Amino acid sequence: MADYDFPDNLLYTQDDEWLRREEDLVVIGITDFAQNQLGDIVFVELPEVGTLTEAGVAFGTIESVKAVSDLCAPLSGEVVSVNEALEDAPEKVNESCYGDGWLITLRPSDPTKLDDLLDIEAYRASVLERDSES
Amino acid sequence: MSELLRTPLYAAHVRLNARLVPFAGYAMPVQYTSIREEHEAVRERAGLFDVSHMGQLHLSGPRANEALESLVSCEIDSLGIDRARYGLLLNETGGCVDDVMVTREAEHALFLCVNASNVKKVREWIESRVGPDVVVEDRSLETALLALQGPAAASILTRLGVAKSDLPKRFRVARLVLAGSPVLVSATGYTGAPGFELYLPGPEAEALFDAILEAGSVDGILPAGLGARDTLRLEAALPLYGHELDESTSPFEAGLGRFVKPLDRGFIGAAALRARGHDSADEAKGASGSGLERCLVGFEMTGRGIARADYEIIHEGQVVGRVTSGAPSPTLGKSIGLGYVPPALCEIGQRLSIRIRSKDVAAEVVERPFLRTREKKSTSR
Repeated sequence: MADYDFPDNLLYTQDDEWLRREEDLVVIGITDFAQNQLGDIVFVELPEVGTLTEAGVAFGTIESVKAVSDLCAPLSGEVVSVNEALEDAPEKVNESCYGDGWLITLRPSDPTKLDDLLDIEAYRASVLERDSES
Repeated sequence: MSELLRTPLYAAHVRLNARLVPFAGYAMPVQYTSIREEHEAVRERAGLFDVSHMGQLHLSGPRANEALESLVSCEIDSLGIDRARYGLLLNETGGCVDDVMVTREAEHALFLCVNASNVKKVREWIESRVGPDVVVEDRSLETALLALQGPAAASILTRLGVAKSDLPKRFRVARLVLAGSPVLVSATGYTGAPGFELYLPGPEAEALFDAILEAGSVDGILPAGLGARDTLRLEAALPLYGHELDESTSPFEAGLGRFVKPLDRGFIGAAALRARGHDSADEAKGASGSGLERCLVGFEMTGRGIARADYEIIHEGQVVGRVTSGAPSPTLGKSIGLGYVPPALCEIGQRLSIRIRSKDVAAEVVERPFLRTREKKSTSR
């Protein structure tokens, strides 16, 4: 398996997103595995601030040169901020997926749902399964 | 990947950490490092592609010329030895069976380079239409094809044992020895950049591939995959079979009338095109001339969004056509695309919208090719 970076202080999802708690908010982005799979990211479409997300439903899209991928909401909640820098510099998601390439912050409607997300070990195992040489 | 065919360069792709994807039944590299980097390398320096999945169908015998003349839209009779020409194989209704590059190797020997996804179809099409005195040989599996494209292509080849004066001029071929291997060097390509396509025996391909990368390292050559190949050809507005061309699309609709010889020559499809009201002067008349129900346009996105194949083209709230190819153009820094619209909407400057998911995003018809390169006058493969 290639050498991916998965910080151990984050929560993860099966859709290759990471979440970081910041008081009552969560910051959301895509993982190093996801950005690597996508290749050069050329366009990111994010929701308006104030939009309500529904767990499991697309809240935006992320496009690489060749493909369009849905961004799937890990939790239901309200979009509090979006990373506007991605409008002119979508490549930040490739370059710094855990830092400058963050996507949105969300106020979860049910913070206990965070407990259902994957920890670093579970996520690593999920990537290992999918990343085997095909 | 195990059920997929492998080109002679498969081991090299794995060694270079290519991302392999299924394409036309083969495991092919879509990228090695990044599509944008590989695209930029071709535009500014050089890129090396493995396109061995494409097919080579050889026709020979005293009736080969006559047979091919009736099968393709371009003139065969006037095609000189060691020259190449682009053309279309048409079906009985004037639609495209494939777009091909025809190369004449001798008075009675020519070959077609055909799209990987159409090799079997074209071989069967030809075999069922030529007489027993025309020999048709499918040399696809034994022939490797590399494409070395970019401004540094010629000087890279001169480091492999040939002089610059040995290299063929555009649309010509030459038999040269490169790094010890016999290669048919064709001054053709599918990127809108200067460069060459190299035909050689499969078993020798990996060594040449490596030799070219080595010789070009000082220029900053990169191995390049199908992802970059697509964005490059799109910038050059070159058609891709299965997108801009298919069995129901005529070459005139696709803006390829200049590759169609006069319709009174009696080749397959000519009668149908005449019946549709075309004549070879359509190209000169422009789309508002006779016979066209739709025409291919190039457009750029003026609003924020990326147009992709199969997205709908909108005008005044109505669906008027479909995108056939679309992508962000690394060189232009904007999103571009090709698509079919009614002739009334194909003038340069025409404003349209592209329906991207649920939003109609503004676009504008622009000139083709999108990129001003030396290749503007000719279409290459």
